[in-house]
Formats: sequence, C-alpha cells, structure tokens
Amino acid sequence: MRARVLVRPKAGILDPQGQAVERALPALGFTGVRNVHVGRLIELDVEDPQRLPEMCERLLSNPLIEDYQIIEAPE
Amino acid sequence: VKFGVVRFPGSCDDVDALQAALRIGDAVMLWHAERDLKGVDAVIIPGGFSYGDYLRAGAIARFAPVMGEVAEFAREGGLVLGICNGFQVLCEAHLLPGALLPNVSLKFLFRQVSLDVMSVDSPFTRACEPGARLSIPVKHMSGRFYAPEEQLDALEASGQVLLRYARGENPNGSLRDIAGVCNEGRNVFGLMPHPEHAVDGLSGSVDGLRIFESMRAHADDRVLA
Repeated sequence: MRARVLVRPKAGILDPQGQAVERALPALGFTGVRNVHVGRLIELDVEDPQRLPEMCERLLSNPLIEDYQIIEAPE
Repeated sequence: VKFGVVRFPGSCDDVDALQAALRIGDAVMLWHAERDLKGVDAVIIPGGFSYGDYLRAGAIARFAPVMGEVAEFAREGGLVLGICNGFQVLCEAHLLPGALLPNVSLKFLFRQVSLDVMSVDSPFTRACEPGARLSIPVKHMSGRFYAPEEQLDALEASGQVLLRYARGENPNGSLRDIAGVCNEGRNVFGLMPHPEHAVDGLSGSVDGLRIFESMRAHADDRVLA
C-alpha cells in the first residue's frame, strides 16, 4: 500500500513556523489567511499497513508534541 | 570516576565532553553501534547532530544499539547526562520527560546564558552552592523545552527542574524557563546549555565543571557505600 502520513504540531503548542508563514503571506498581497500551521508529509510504500500506527507512534511522530494522520494514497 | 561519552555519527561535542570529563576523572569514548559501556560509572550523551537529526532531533539516535545499554544502565541507577542533542535524544528515548521544540525565534542560538540552580539535591548539581547562578553557553536550533501543563506542575513539585534560565534570559521560549530536568529517579539529567564548553578560564567561565564534579562526588559515594 502507498501511504501518506501527515504529521502536524498538536493544537495549543506554539508553532513559530506557522506564524512566520502567516506573517509572510500578507506581504505578498494574500490577506485573510489565518491559523497557518506547518507540519510534515511522509510518503511510504508498506507491505503491512496494520503496522503504520505503530510506526507513527514510535518514529514518524512524537506523540507528545505532534498528531499524525494516515492516508491511503493512490498507487 | 570513569565517564563514557557516546559518539554517534554527527556528534560534534563528543571530544569537548571527553576533555571536560578528563579534568575530573577517567573518560573513554563509546561507539553508537556497540552494545558495550566499557564498565563506566557515568554516561554522557554529547551535543551535535546525531544521525543528521533527520526527522526530529534525536529521533533516530534513540534506536542506536548503544541506547539499549544506556536505558538498562539508567534503570539500574547509573548516571546519564544528556547535553543539548543528548538531551533531545534522552527525551525521544523516554528516559526524560518532555520534548525539545524549535526555538521560538527559529534561529540558531549561540550565546552565554545565566542559569539558576533550582535544586542541589541531585547527583548533577550537588557540588553547586544552593541558589547558585552558573554562566554556561547555549548553542542550538531546537532547545524550547515543552511538556503539558500538568506534567510541568509535577516536575516542579518533585524538584526535577534542576536548572532554569535566569529571569529575562530564556533564549529559546522554553516553558517556565526550564534549561535542565532530571527523571524521577534523579539519575538521568538533560540540559540544553553546554557545561563541557565552560571548563577553562580561557573561555570565560569554569562553571560547567560543577556538573562534572557533582557526578564525581556521587560516583565516589557509591563506591564507598
């Protein structure tokens, strides 16, 4: 299976990357943008998708500071 | 006392840590791929960019073969000191509470900071005067200590916050100005500042020696006990 794992900072944790992007957009004329957060996209082919949550918990994300979401991607 | 300094691919403060430890006692280098702590009394996980810090700082290093031995050593009460990247590795390995996030400024920091010693009741701070202030440099990209509020309360209540940035000197946005924390057993300690870079008068401060002296005193007590 081709999978995408989205990793994002947990809600409520200060996200200076998101803030920096949010501040940069109006400078380019893109107004009306809020709640910008920057995370990480990990793409992978896995033989056993059942093991994906464990991979996310143990390595791909740090559950203390990040949430993850597993998305099945088209091959 | 015999210190062991773990060298990962990408470690860069391993030699300074070894040299600092040699001022206090004996010291050997430990290789990340070997499951052998060479009979040391204390382990130092040094600063740097272990395994390139890919994914997250410390995330991959925590699975290095030597880390299994370090965890076992810590479980048995052995002293483990994590400096900067070493702190990040120990948090990722769940040997210490919390996590280190990118600095609020998103900039790499390199400066001398003042640190308040919050507790001298630990194997890492016992050589400090109560209430002492230490001058030690920081140099990092991801040093913002984070833990959930209730965990921060618990860490403070149990005296696990050993070092704080002095008022107004928090360089990275660490919650509650935390610069260094220990585990519940008080035998594993991580800090973002670099005591190994403050051991010679030539560099402006020798306050970093207090940490290594504390560890020596603890090791000496254990031998006598």
